[in-house]
Amino acid sequence: MLLISCPWCGPREESEFSYGGEAHIVRPKDPDALSDLEWADYLFMRNNPSGRYLERWLHAAGCRRWFNAERDTVSYKIKSVYKISDPAPRGDE
Amino acid sequence: MSDQARRESPLAEFLAAPRKADPATGAGVQISERPFLGHINLRGDPSEKRFLEAVEGAIGVALPLEPNTVAEGGEISALWLGPDEWLLLTPPDRQRDVVLTLKAALGDTFAAVNDLSGGQTVVRIQGTHARDVLSKGCPLDLHPRVFGPGQCAQSHISKTMALIRQIDDTPTYDVIVRRSFADYLARWLEEAAQEYGLAVIAESPT
Repeated sequence: MLLISCPWCGPREESEFSYGGEAHIVRPKDPDALSDLEWADYLFMRNNPSGRYLERWLHAAGCRRWFNAERDTVSYKIKSVYKISDPAPRGDE
Repeated sequence: MSDQARRESPLAEFLAAPRKADPATGAGVQISERPFLGHINLRGDPSEKRFLEAVEGAIGVALPLEPNTVAEGGEISALWLGPDEWLLLTPPDRQRDVVLTLKAALGDTFAAVNDLSGGQTVVRIQGTHARDVLSKGCPLDLHPRVFGPGQCAQSHISKTMALIRQIDDTPTYDVIVRRSFADYLARWLEEAAQEYGLAVIAESPT
């Protein structure tokens, strides 16, 4: 079980959260102008790195806010959490 | 006709048969209900001074801005639910007045006031082993060093979502749940509390 720090509520158990996939996916400004390939890429294609990953979490059973977390997919260690409006933290690598 | 309808609390069936603890062991835990309180959900932008002042003027208590804390003033408690969301608890049958007063005070301020009184109830669990019982199904750290009177937190107890608020150091907790989950929660607590000696009290605490 992960202990995840909500930016508002502090450390809480993973069972209070739900997962929201990769963070910082920007919705295209003009979806009609996109080809099917580009639209599919926006909808379905996500990175699956071994290592640092920026992802969204929802504190579903708590304050019900979305936030972003920087997690290592190998060690599961959550390096930082930040509000959804904050810019992505710079990676060390 | 509807005025004469007898209202029934969500835990009416559970409380219909009060249970006393085994005198040999005593009651380590007591369960009761605070039915028919006014539950009002309030949303607004705390960075807007006008919103905060209007609310404080209307309900007589400043909204708590620190996460997971409770502010009490007069007969109303304000519980932090999120950075722009609070739950106001009022005495029974006062919610309508409070909603109207709030709406009048807020005017065209960007805010939302919703009466949830019919949809939620408060289960009170108190006694020397109350913390042990809750900890069986709730992942919150309820250790007195971390969680004490004046604090509240939303989490889950077994499979129901719950807002937990500590009242005093007995310890006494008020658990605010949706009414459809109240019976489930009470029966889950009843089972979890067996080993500590349980008393179920029908009359509501003040």
